[in-house]
Amino acid sequence: MNLQSNDFELFGLPVQFAQSRPAIDARWKELQREAHPDKFASQGGAAQRVAMQWSVRINEAYQRLKQPLSRASYVCELHGSPIQAENNTAMPTVFLMQQMEWREALEDAHTLPAMEEIAQTVNKSGRELLSDIELALDMEKNFIAAAQLVRSLMFVERFAREVDVRIDQLAP
Amino acid sequence: MALLQISEPGQTPDPHQRRIAVGIDLGTTHSLVASVRNGVSECLPDSDGRVILPSVVRYLDAERRQIGFEALAAQVDDPRNTISSVKRLMGRGIDDIGSRAQLPYQLNDKPGMVTLQTVAGEKSPVEISAEILATLRFRAEDTFNDDIYGAVITVPAYFDDAQRQATKDAAQLAGLNVLRLISEPTAAAIAYGLDNGSEGVFAIYDLGGGTFDISILRLTQGVFEVVATGGDSALGGDDYDRALVEWILAKAGLAADTLSPTDKAALLRAARSCKEALSNAGLVPFSVQLTKALLNFEMKAEDFETATAHLTQRTLTAVRKALRDTKLDKSEIDGVVLVGGSTRMPQVRKAVASFFGRDPLTNLNPDEVVALGAAISANQLAGNNIGNDLLLLDVIPLSLGIETMGGLVERIVPRNQTIPTAMAQDFTTYQDGQTALALHVVQGERDLVADCRSLARFELRGIPAMVAGAARIRVTFTVDADGLLSVDAKEQVSGVEARIDVKPSYGLSDDEIARMLQDSFSTAQQDMKARALAEAKLDADRMILATQSALAADADLLSPNERAQVDSLIAGLTDTRIHGDAAGIEAATQALAKGTEAFAAERMNRGIQRALAGKNIESV
Repeated sequence: MNLQSNDFELFGLPVQFAQSRPAIDARWKELQREAHPDKFASQGGAAQRVAMQWSVRINEAYQRLKQPLSRASYVCELHGSPIQAENNTAMPTVFLMQQMEWREALEDAHTLPAMEEIAQTVNKSGRELLSDIELALDMEKNFIAAAQLVRSLMFVERFAREVDVRIDQLAP
Repeated sequence: MALLQISEPGQTPDPHQRRIAVGIDLGTTHSLVASVRNGVSECLPDSDGRVILPSVVRYLDAERRQIGFEALAAQVDDPRNTISSVKRLMGRGIDDIGSRAQLPYQLNDKPGMVTLQTVAGEKSPVEISAEILATLRFRAEDTFNDDIYGAVITVPAYFDDAQRQATKDAAQLAGLNVLRLISEPTAAAIAYGLDNGSEGVFAIYDLGGGTFDISILRLTQGVFEVVATGGDSALGGDDYDRALVEWILAKAGLAADTLSPTDKAALLRAARSCKEALSNAGLVPFSVQLTKALLNFEMKAEDFETATAHLTQRTLTAVRKALRDTKLDKSEIDGVVLVGGSTRMPQVRKAVASFFGRDPLTNLNPDEVVALGAAISANQLAGNNIGNDLLLLDVIPLSLGIETMGGLVERIVPRNQTIPTAMAQDFTTYQDGQTALALHVVQGERDLVADCRSLARFELRGIPAMVAGAARIRVTFTVDADGLLSVDAKEQVSGVEARIDVKPSYGLSDDEIARMLQDSFSTAQQDMKARALAEAKLDADRMILATQSALAADADLLSPNERAQVDSLIAGLTDTRIHGDAAGIEAATQALAKGTEAFAAERMNRGIQRALAGKNIESV
């Protein structure tokens, strides 16, 4: 293992989408226990620099593995099907229609309950996409289809964040 | 058969070589130093038995100064030269400093950070803080009758890069080897976590003299993971004093701008003692003699509560924001810890208890808890720990970004990201034939550059002329475990590079530090040369010890040839340490550091692999 190992190798996990979040968290802490610069605070500059590199690398991998969206993108990428969202803007019509409906609903929502209802709908759609992604990546091994689903999920999550911001503005 | 003892890497092989490490809480109103002695963290008292050092420095003339209680006593008589709450000025420009009208000092507008005009000349907030730190360093040295190996200094979790850098500069100026900057709530959690053996998610509400912090931490088996942090680096007990002064002035029908500096200082002092008395009584007498009037009346706790309700509300707004960042509900918080002297105010305790729906933990002294935790951390970082294997995983409190076209901020490192971290973003040129790129590094949550704090500006030059948009400039932000930033920019096609430690524009440059050390205060009595030699020897000792403990643990990673090289470097340094001068010793220390770099990398690899192997055995 070295700094160039992929995130899954680094965390000692199988390269697949389905993962247990508590296991990722626990592994992250174990790795940081070994590599964090604080462990080498009394051992001179060289050890500090190396520890810093490792610690940064472990945090980077943890960030990517712990979020389902970034983990899914990463699995696609490792299987030669990068997401490249900026070059793949063509989305299915049904999906775009649904996005437009949501946006209109959000414009019309002025109360907290109305916005929370939208948030629930959006989150449910996000969860459905995640299980579709799991199926495509881990069972069907269809990485092209999975990448398309990941792009859809990116839209959904971005919209969910906008809803959150609106809710925050209304909340005390 | 005798068994040979092999120590763990990071632990001191020889118990007699135990290093003295201290934790310092550099507070707005007062500061403390603590150390772990016989396994117990305790605050170190001064010769009069007081652990608290008021964070007040008074300049008497160009040479002499008073620090602490003496200075505090002179505050009313000599307000211009008696500097208190200097922490609020650390890393701050003139525009950042609110309610300037009430400050009795003469501030100079300087790029990056203000300076103060005193009878001893122009003083930077860093120099003034260094006076306080040096006083605590001498106190610790006197207590142990030995040199201090290193110190952990606490900073508010919400301190930005400029404020952290200024704090580190002050420690360096005070002759301290900074092991780490850690955030105050984390330090408090360490003190509580180890005392109470707690596990779970905790909210640390830290209202100090001049800063407010809220941190949400997850504790699991000695790992202190900061999940989110928030706060206001310009909100604290001082503001409650000022709000009380305003309330009193309004009641008495006086205007703030008609008061002399002496009157202002007297009023503030009276307001502060009134506030403190109100923590234990519902009604206290308030009396102060001003130049033109005598104020004398009874102060009611309810009136104080009303006059400061907006401040308490501001803290709760920050608490809500931090909770939202964690995506946790109030009910998922397993405990609430109160830190900072200002949490003695009954209205604050009441507000926190009612917000979380539970009584907060207050069993440790709120004034001491931060220093106590910092000392535990310092002891560990110095390699003295046996048993307590704690690990701090801190976060960056404020997002970091780069200015893009139109004065907008492109965020590169989002807030609450675990540190150390490195994140990159690609940028490109916007004009044909553009050969240079100006980079402006900012910190903050707002979308407009004008609303964020400017940290540094630097340029990447020598980009080969290309059409607009063809260059690929990768900007990498690296934030170390202290929360300090460095930025690299590299044009991917040509390999042209530029790099900046975000320091010269906001903190002090190395030259400035050198100058300050030259005409320095606390070291004036000491021979600079002797000091440099002593420090070089200490560094050499550290390096030799570190290498030896590394060899004791992992010598098998080296080929006989490599081992011989390391041994010869150690021997060289050992010899130079005895016979050489400061520069020679430093060079030999550097040589050993460089010569063991590859070995250190190998050891790290082994450490990581061991961690994973251990886990695999468990799961089998």
